[in-house]
Formats: sequence, structure tokens, C-alpha cells
Amino acid sequence: MEATYIRRKNDGRINIRSGNKVDQVVRWTLILLTILTIVAFIFFNYAGLDLGSAITETANNLKVMFLEPALSHFNWGEATYQVGVTLGLAFLATIIGAIIAFFLSLMAATNLSNVWVSRIVRVFVAIIRAVPTVLWVLIFAIAAGLGSEAAILGMLFHSIAYLVKAFSEAFEEVDKGIFEALQATGANWWHIVKSGVLPSTFTYLLSWVFLRFEINFGVAVAMGAAAGAGGIGFDLFMASSFYFDLREVGFITYAILIIAFILEGFSTRLKSRYFPATSD
Amino acid sequence: MNEKTMRKSRWQTVIFLLIIIVLTYLSSAITQFNFIDGMATIPEAVGWIFSNLMITQESLGKLPKILEKLNETILMSIAATTLAAVVSLFLGLFGSKTTKINNFLSVFARFIASVSRNIPVVAWSLILLLSFGQNSVTGFLALFVGTVGFLTRAFIESIDEASQSAVEALKATGATYFQIVSKAVIPQCLPQMISWILFMIETNIRNATLVGILTATGIGYTFDVYYKTLNYNAVALVTFCIVIAVLIVDFISNYIRRVIL
Amino acid sequence: MSLLKVEGLGKSYTSDIKILKNINFEIKAGEFVSIIGPSGAGKSTMLRCMNRMVEFNEGKIIFNNNDVGSLNKKELRKLRTSIGMVFQHYNLVPRLTVIENVLHGRFGYKTTMQGILGRYTEEEKERAFYLLEKLGIHEHAYKRCDQLSGGQQQRVGICRALIQEPKLVLCDEPIASLDPSSSKIIMDHLKSISTEMGITCLVNLHQVEVAQNYSDRIIGLNKGEIVFSGTSSELSEEQINKIYGTETKDLIMA
Repeated sequence: MEATYIRRKNDGRINIRSGNKVDQVVRWTLILLTILTIVAFIFFNYAGLDLGSAITETANNLKVMFLEPALSHFNWGEATYQVGVTLGLAFLATIIGAIIAFFLSLMAATNLSNVWVSRIVRVFVAIIRAVPTVLWVLIFAIAAGLGSEAAILGMLFHSIAYLVKAFSEAFEEVDKGIFEALQATGANWWHIVKSGVLPSTFTYLLSWVFLRFEINFGVAVAMGAAAGAGGIGFDLFMASSFYFDLREVGFITYAILIIAFILEGFSTRLKSRYFPATSD
Repeated sequence: MNEKTMRKSRWQTVIFLLIIIVLTYLSSAITQFNFIDGMATIPEAVGWIFSNLMITQESLGKLPKILEKLNETILMSIAATTLAAVVSLFLGLFGSKTTKINNFLSVFARFIASVSRNIPVVAWSLILLLSFGQNSVTGFLALFVGTVGFLTRAFIESIDEASQSAVEALKATGATYFQIVSKAVIPQCLPQMISWILFMIETNIRNATLVGILTATGIGYTFDVYYKTLNYNAVALVTFCIVIAVLIVDFISNYIRRVIL
Repeated sequence: MSLLKVEGLGKSYTSDIKILKNINFEIKAGEFVSIIGPSGAGKSTMLRCMNRMVEFNEGKIIFNNNDVGSLNKKELRKLRTSIGMVFQHYNLVPRLTVIENVLHGRFGYKTTMQGILGRYTEEEKERAFYLLEKLGIHEHAYKRCDQLSGGQQQRVGICRALIQEPKLVLCDEPIASLDPSSSKIIMDHLKSISTEMGITCLVNLHQVEVAQNYSDRIIGLNKGEIVFSGTSSELSEEQINKIYGTETKDLIMA
């Protein structure tokens, strides 16, 4: 007598997996990633690579960088100033981005806007996001001339895309009752936004803006190095690719690390205070 | 809310706005940014983009070469993310409250994650470039290090969230540490972890462009060459290819996320 | 001949507060013993001392002629295989199938590698199905555990404990999260485990009536001390007051 509820494999062994879609998609995703990784390693361009010496050399470089940091091509004041420039770039891109994102996200939130406007804004944001920041900066550098304008405009795009997504989700979570109550009093759309939506989401929005500022600091460093946007990133690029001065690279890395740690400390506190439920 | 608290909160708003304005002014001064000028350049820039960044017949001839580089870049991002995920899995296990082996390893894992995450990818590529030279491995390692930092933090959070209860139950059956991890912890966290991995692949494709410009590899280098030789039609084509690639990856990851989460 | 013998057991997390004080009892093989007491009395902690899920500070626990306190890591694993455990919140892995969750009970008998690869013998799998059928949930064998009701999940939890072929099953508030009808099913199953299979059951409960209906013996715990030990019929109103304190009595019996 064989019970019918036992599923067996072809070889007669009892199956213990459910074989549902979720498991299959998970398994295939993992298999595919593994295959692509192996393929990647086969097709890598290994030109001029001597792995053994490269690793020991890097270890040595890291030792010099982190244990003997020093400044030689500029002084402390100059370093502080350049860190300030980077922070300034990040701040401006974030604050302007936040203002623009605020209005765009009002159009993107499905409960505040009509379906088509919301969809158009979302597609627009997706496309903006797909272009790497460095390309935006470089494109603006030719179009608008090199300078802080190009850097900030370039960084603005991703800040807007990121914040529109965060803001519109926050707006969509606003309690429906608030809308109804305000509509019942005859309030118009702007009134609803000003006295219904904004007060209940404001601190939340601010936390997102700060999180973006933290990201933008890293981006500003990158733009300085890769797109000549100035600030401490540019000094890092000069120290490593022009002067080959490891000690200075070390010093600059420390400077970046300290600022990043401070910003991270703030954002962790903000997160635990304002997003207790979500982890990302 | 009475009169007094309302006045207080209004004062707080005013002070807050003043701080923002002062910081904006300081930032503008230090970066020599002129808001009006900046905004004025936008229409000009958009006009320039539409008149110069046009894909032409001639630039289309470069498509096979561009696609080859793009392919290299995407594979590099996937390889860096996947390998980083393996390393992060262990660091995540050591770092999480639920599965930590001892406090020393836990602090160590969190420290590694924090340092590698907070040193920007550009810094890593410049550092690695010095000894690894201009090849794919440099770009790969730069992405790898940054990804380890990010994924370790994400994985620690995922594992912390996974219920402690199944871990307790398996411990009570006499299961070993790795049995518990593989059968109680990972099955619960895997969908969340895959979601993070997909997010990082997408991010890394964009970062790879940046790293490529610095390390002279992949699509970033291709872009840089055309950019510096003022071949804007080709620049447009490269940008277009990257956009399509990122959108496709985005689409696939969204599909996977919808099914598994 | 006692299966489990506890002598002078004491546990404290900080030096000034003692969770358990001088606990002594003995349980014979095949007995069904309930532990009752108000929340915070130390029931959960005491249960977890038996298989050292919680380390105790004082006293001695002898299980099946082994001194539990002195076992090393490997011996402890071996001890745990012969002690099954059932939890209030079932403690299953929600994303896995019922049958996989049941088979988790075999890990103690396997090498790490066999466990990770999920290598179970056909006998183990058939035994798992047999147990599922016995508890009446075999139709759900291939469902994910998070698709089952609470009562069904608890039955999976019991199967997982039974497949360990335990001598003792520790149940920590097995029905505290269940509705009355599911509770009855679970308690009936637990009772039949001890009568039919001869497996000893040590059950934490907070419903006095349930304890009286099912137990061979009842241990009453208050503030980390045993204040009552005897059969169901010996548990008088007065004893219940002693265990729960007079004020709460009306609430419990209501």
C-alpha cells in the first residue's frame, strides 16, 4: 500500500521540495549569477597583470597610506577648504534636488495626482536614473562649461530621481482619512498638501534628504576625481595619478573617511528614530 | 496644540529655514556656484544636448565595439557583486546578533564593512590602479571592495530580522552551527539577500562607468575616449546603450523581486 | 528508575536576582508532568535548563544517567538529539515545506555536510510521512509552513520533535497561542505521545484546568521556587492560591 500523498522522484526516492515558482526563480537566479561570474572571469582583460606582485604591492601601498599619512602638495588649511568644497557641492545638489523632487513627487504620488501624470514622471525618473552621474556631469561640462555648475547640475539628476521615489512613497502612505476630512471642509489641492500631507510627512522627508546628502558626499568626491569637479576628490586624483604620492592619498582617504563616519553616525540615528520599521 | 507650543514650533521652523539658507549661501560661496547662472544654463545645456548628442549613421558603425565593452562592464559588475555577496554572507553571519560566533568576529565584520563602504569607490580604484595596472581586475576589485561593505551591512540587517525562533528550535534538536545557518537562517533571508544583490548589480553597472573612466577599462573608457576626442555622436550612442542596459537589468530585477518577495 | 533528576538547580542572570532557586524534582520514564505558575515564575527558563538552551549556575541535572551540566559541546549535541522540544510560537522555518521542517529534527544524527546538503535517508523520509499522517496533517506535507494555521504548525513542531526519537519532549507553552479547539487537539496528541509511545513529556502550561485534565503530576512554580508537587487530585484550591497568589486566582479560574 502506497500512500498517494507522498511525491516521488523518477528514481523512486521521496521528494521533499515543494518545487513552487518562488523556489525555482530563486534557484535560477543564483545559477545564472554563478554562470555569468565564471564567464566574466574567462573574458576579463588581464593585460599587464601580475597578481602575486600586485597583491603584495597593494598591501604595501595600503600600509604606507594608512600608517604614514602626510600632506606634501598642499597644507591643512587647503585640505580643509577642499573638503568644504566637496561638502558644499554635495549640499547644494541635495538641497536643490530636494526642492525640485518635492514638486515632482507631488505629481508622482498616485493619491495626489492623476494616473497619467504619475506614470510620465515615473518613466522620466527611471530614465534619468539609468544614466550614470559621471556621464551627466561630463555632458553638462561641455554643455554648460566646466565648473561647479556642471558638477551640481549633474549630481542633481540622481538626487532628484532618488528623492522623488522616496517622497512619493511617503506621500502615498498618508492616511486617506486626512484627505477626506480636508476635502469635506472644501479645501483645495494646495490646502490639502500644505496642511494635510506636509505636516505628517515632513520629518520623514527630511531624513531622506539627509540620507541623500550622505550619498552625495561620496558622489561629490567621485565627481572631483573623475570629472574634474574640484574639491577633495580632485586632490585625491592628483595625489594618486599625477604625483603618485601614497602618503597624501592616505591623508585624503582619512579625511574622507572621517567625514563619512560622521555623516553615517547621524544617518544611523535618524534611521532608528524615524524609520523603526524599515531597514533599508 | 495650544498657542505657546504653536509659536514655539513656528520659531523652530524659522530657525531651521535660516540654517538651511545660511548653509546654502556658504556652500554657494565656497564652490563659487551661482544659482541663477546655473539655472540659466539648463535650457542652454538641454538645447546643446538635443543638437549635438545625436546618434548618426556613422556612429552606429561603432556599435559592435561599444556593445563588446558594455558587455565586459556588465559582466564585471555581476562578477564583482556575486563574489562580494559570498564574502558578505560570511561577514554578515559573523556580524549579526542572531548568528555571531563571538564578539570579536562580530566587531571585526562590522568594522571591515564600515571602512570598505565609507571609502568611496573612486578612492579604491585609484589605490588599486597603482599596483594592478589598467585592466579589468582593477575595476573588478574596486567594485568588489565597495560592494562587500554595502552588502555586509544589508545582510546583517536581513539576518537580524530573520526570526531567532527557528534558530532556537534547530539548536534544540542538536544541529551544528552550519546546519542551523544553512537550513534556518539562509532560507529565511535568501529572497531579501537576492533583492539586495540585484540592487547592487544595477548600482555597480553605473559605478563601473565611473571606475572605467579612472582605470581605463570597459564602457567608461570608451566613453572617455569619444568624449576627449569630441566625438559627441558616439558619446550619445554610448550613453544610450548604458541607459538601455540599466533599464533592462532594472526590469529583470523587478520581475525577480515581484516573484520572490 | 528516574529518567530526569534535578537537584538544587539555581539560575541567575545578574548576581542579585535569582530566576530559579533550589529546584528539586524527579521524573520517571513515560510520565506526563505539567509545570504551572504565573508568568515570570521561571517556567520557561527552567525548561530550557534541561537541555542547556539556558546555562544554569547551580545544582545538577541528571538525564538518562548523564550529568547534563558537565557535557562538552559534542556530548551536549548528542544529548539534545534525545530531547525533543515544542515551542509556543512553533519556531518553524516559514519559507520551507512542512516535510523539510519535520526532517530538521534529524540534524543531530547527521554530519554537518549531510545536514547542509539535505541528505535524508528514505527511511527517515518515510518516518516523517508516517508521523505527519499520525498527527493528521499529511495532506499539507508539501505546503510552505507559513500557509498553515497555528494548530497545524504546532503539529508540524511536534512531528519535528518526534522524529528525533526522543526520550523526553519539552513543551514550552504549546497551546498559549492557540484557540480552544486546536488546543485540545494538541494536548490530546501530547498525551498520546506519553501513553502510546512511552515518551516522557514535561509541559509548561498556564491553564490550570488543562494541566489537571492531562497530567500525571503537576509542579507548581512561583518566583523561581517549587511551591507544589503532586497529582492533579492533590491540587486543591488552596494550593492554587499558593502558586498564583490570592488576587490573581479569580482571573485564572474564570
